[in-house]
Amino acid sequence: MAESSIIETVGLKKQYKNVTALDGLGLTVPAGSIYGLLGRNGAGKTTAIKILMGMVRPTAGRASIFGLAASQSESSVAIRKRTGFVSDERDLYDFMTVAQLIAFTASFFPHWRADMAKRYVRSFDLPESRTVKALSRGARTKLALLLAFCRGAELLILDEATTGLDPVAAEEVLQALVGHVASEGATVFFSSHQIGEIEQIADRVAIIDRGRTALEGALDDLRESYRRIELVFDGDAPAVQFRSPGAARVERKGRMLTVLASTGGEQIIEEARSLGAVSAEAWPVTLKELFLEIVLGKG
Amino acid sequence: MLFRSNPASGVPIYLQLMEQVKHAVETGALRPGEQLPGIRPLSEELVINPNTVAKAYRELEHEGIIELRQGAGAFVSVNAGAHAQAEKLRGARTIVAAAVKQLRARGVTDEEVRRLYEAALAGISGKAGSSG
Repeated sequence: MAESSIIETVGLKKQYKNVTALDGLGLTVPAGSIYGLLGRNGAGKTTAIKILMGMVRPTAGRASIFGLAASQSESSVAIRKRTGFVSDERDLYDFMTVAQLIAFTASFFPHWRADMAKRYVRSFDLPESRTVKALSRGARTKLALLLAFCRGAELLILDEATTGLDPVAAEEVLQALVGHVASEGATVFFSSHQIGEIEQIADRVAIIDRGRTALEGALDDLRESYRRIELVFDGDAPAVQFRSPGAARVERKGRMLTVLASTGGEQIIEEARSLGAVSAEAWPVTLKELFLEIVLGKG
Repeated sequence: MLFRSNPASGVPIYLQLMEQVKHAVETGALRPGEQLPGIRPLSEELVINPNTVAKAYRELEHEGIIELRQGAGAFVSVNAGAHAQAEKLRGARTIVAAAVKQLRARGVTDEEVRRLYEAALAGISGKAGSSG
């Protein structure tokens, strides 16, 4: 489990005049993971990525990729050589044709994978003689992904890459990503507000809220430890302060008590039984429920 | 083909995959010695993380259901482990079928049975199933 981390941020802050975009963000992205960064619009996802890519300087804290400081211009150049970046801004040279842009990009990278580029042009069904300007949104994203894959990047950073794509195109993008990770062993760091995408392909996840890391961990661990426990009492449910650790949130409504447990569900159920609960049921918690709990349920 | 995933169910995908492989072995859809899909093709087919597929395969190997052969891929075990497992599951299926029959006889609806099973599983397996 002690793999090396590819991305690390510690206490990252970014202040724009009156707006605090990041407020002490801490992230650790292990090598070989597909890491999903989940947050509402304005939670700080894009700012974090811009800092990582050396496009924005943090007000405080530090961010490093491959152990190199992201905010130093020399090391940032070294980082960008090894990192493929795909954003929804899609700032490609749009006057070129697909074939021209591929050849142009290839000329910068000595380890360019021409065979792979050919394969993706085919599987993405990209029209080589069309100008980038005339491509559909989905085709542009796929082209950007192809350029990131074929330069042999060890790390792929995607900022809302599937935003605005139809479901078929979005699925094709995700499929290409998992295929690429499986065959090349790259690390993927992607931001999204699409919970479904993150649940589908990520093995690690961070939920960021108001510029801070509200939750970070292996998705399987979260799925296995979090439970929603529904307790029914004979009369009105008592106002309980659970002594068992892990009762993250308790909601009381009539005869029912609903507990969100971050861990130790059995202990909480036992304690509830001793308090007179006549029925106790534990349910798995989906990432969507967790996310809503975190961003809406600030207690 | 054989496998699918439901990422939104709250159940870890590797556990879903493990259950499906076991079920396929149990029903005979996968027979001893037969090869399972490779990690890359399966992760592409289901559009899930290759690490998740690898984790499911590792756990299945640990339980003796499959064998991972260096460079060649994953195969359903020919040894007794798989048979025992299949036997165990066949037995378990009989118990479940009997329980469902009894519950139906008492007028419990299928939907209620499903909820009861899921609740029982979520309550018990949270600890027992996970740590390796």
